[in-house]
Amino acid sequence: MAEVLVYVDHVDGAVRKPTLELLTLARRIGEPVAVALGAGAENTAATLAEHGAVKVLTHDAAEYADYLVVPKVEALQAAVEAVSPAAVLVSSSAEGKEIAARLALRIGSGIITDAVDLEAGDEGPVATQSVFAASFTTKTRVSKGTPVITVKPNSAAVEAAPAAGAVEALSVSFSEKATGTKVTGRTPRESTGRPELTEAAIVVSGGRGVNGAENFAIIEALADSLGAAVGASRAAVDAGWYPHTNQVGQTGKSVSPQLYIASGISGAIQHRAGMQTSKTIVAINKDPEAPIFDLVDYGVVGDLFDVVPQLTDEVKSRKG
Amino acid sequence: MSLRIVVTVKYVPDATGDRHFADDLTVDRDDVDGLLSELDEYAVEQALQISENSDDDVEITVLTVGPEDAKDALRKALSMGADKAIHVEDDDLHGTDVIGTSLVLAKAIEKAGFDLVISGMASTDGTAGVVPALLAERLGVPQVTLLSEVSVEDGTVKGRRDGDAASEQLEASLPAVVSVTDQSGEARYPSFKGIMAAKKKPVQSWDLSDLDIEADEVGLEGAWTAVDSAAARPARTAGTIVKDEGEGGKQLAEFLAGQKFI
Repeated sequence: MAEVLVYVDHVDGAVRKPTLELLTLARRIGEPVAVALGAGAENTAATLAEHGAVKVLTHDAAEYADYLVVPKVEALQAAVEAVSPAAVLVSSSAEGKEIAARLALRIGSGIITDAVDLEAGDEGPVATQSVFAASFTTKTRVSKGTPVITVKPNSAAVEAAPAAGAVEALSVSFSEKATGTKVTGRTPRESTGRPELTEAAIVVSGGRGVNGAENFAIIEALADSLGAAVGASRAAVDAGWYPHTNQVGQTGKSVSPQLYIASGISGAIQHRAGMQTSKTIVAINKDPEAPIFDLVDYGVVGDLFDVVPQLTDEVKSRKG
Repeated sequence: MSLRIVVTVKYVPDATGDRHFADDLTVDRDDVDGLLSELDEYAVEQALQISENSDDDVEITVLTVGPEDAKDALRKALSMGADKAIHVEDDDLHGTDVIGTSLVLAKAIEKAGFDLVISGMASTDGTAGVVPALLAERLGVPQVTLLSEVSVEDGTVKGRRDGDAASEQLEASLPAVVSVTDQSGEARYPSFKGIMAAKKKPVQSWDLSDLDIEADEVGLEGAWTAVDSAAARPARTAGTIVKDEGEGGKQLAEFLAGQKFI
């Protein structure tokens, strides 16, 4: 069976959920071989094996943290040359897409970004993409070279599928190009304790109707009652009420959770582009004409300052 | 010292229009108004700011690859204050994918001459966001991408890249490829004077032969990816809408419980 390379997104050995989703998709096409780089790479092996990795290729070097993107491209290129895979899968993070693009060029392959599903096909893997603000669905193949495909978080279920997960050292030698862009400082984001926006099963978002940074506390309270991530519309972010890292929409994050709750968000195309593929959509808005109501499974026309706290209390009491 | 900046821009179908596909599964550009991709305005703005903050002799060239109408995007950038423009247009480019586009852009950038390339973070139609990384790879220069702050001094570009896990300070020597986010600073509106001046600024037209690119390296046939189908997403089935009469939050909780979210 052909091998499929899966690039591992991890933090000091803790594998992030989208990588486990990639393993689920990789098993549809072949045998997953994981590539884990940087500090803690070897510690990823147990989790990856549990989810289907037959092999875990690891390499650590200071370059991965000290220089931008290119060292990871060169390591992944070394892995492609060592394995000759049927495809390479990478998570659709900002960095993941950059790594995948440069890899594709180096190995003479086409690239597909932001797939939301993947299946085996007669002429190689077929990716489903959601385009034009999720108003169209396309099926796309890479027609030249080894398919390099980036996949959005929440595109597949995480499945247990125990495999050997044998750790092998990957041999990597960096070129001059690897050290072109130096990372001279790094300030980790403060953890909010909430799930990562793009990975969360439930997202609670606030928009213009929230009307002030201090009022986001009621959005956060609802999110916390549901174990959800917090999102914000562009209007709320531009007004300075909530950080840009939480922005949902065309110029922010694109999310596809099981449940999306929009509070005080009208639902402009820019916002819909980032949340339209959510499984269940719920909205609370004062304006019965708000376009967001065209998308919802359930909508409440009302003042979010009444509805949201009542919902939060109800969730808490039902959860006991 | 002089500093040659090339800003790559894209002419895209208006996102608020009814975007759809043509019969050959390429983007239909005939029935939807086009415009300069909003995210590229931030790239033009940063180029202008770098120029304004520099003692060097800075020349800003805006570059686009696209059909005849794409000149509108160039005019907008020129009216914001860019100095000149290059339009790569060729019938054989129809259907070119991202790998092919990066080839055309890279060849044009090399032919134009550059110290710094500035791109937006992504186009508002394709939204892949990989062209800056591809350009850095093709041009063989450092990639300093997704910056929300950028500065150029003494042949070095510095910037801040805000990622999900951390905010990073980056640094590279010129020549380099930079991309900027929509957090880099509001783009200016063209002034009346700027709009008038833009009409007199030079727009060069190049085709594939000017760039020594063979027709089979680009276009639909030369694409590295193939679109097998494109289907309109089925409209979401109409949901239940209730008016809050004092119990709206509880009704919503009931719905969520029914869907097993609580």
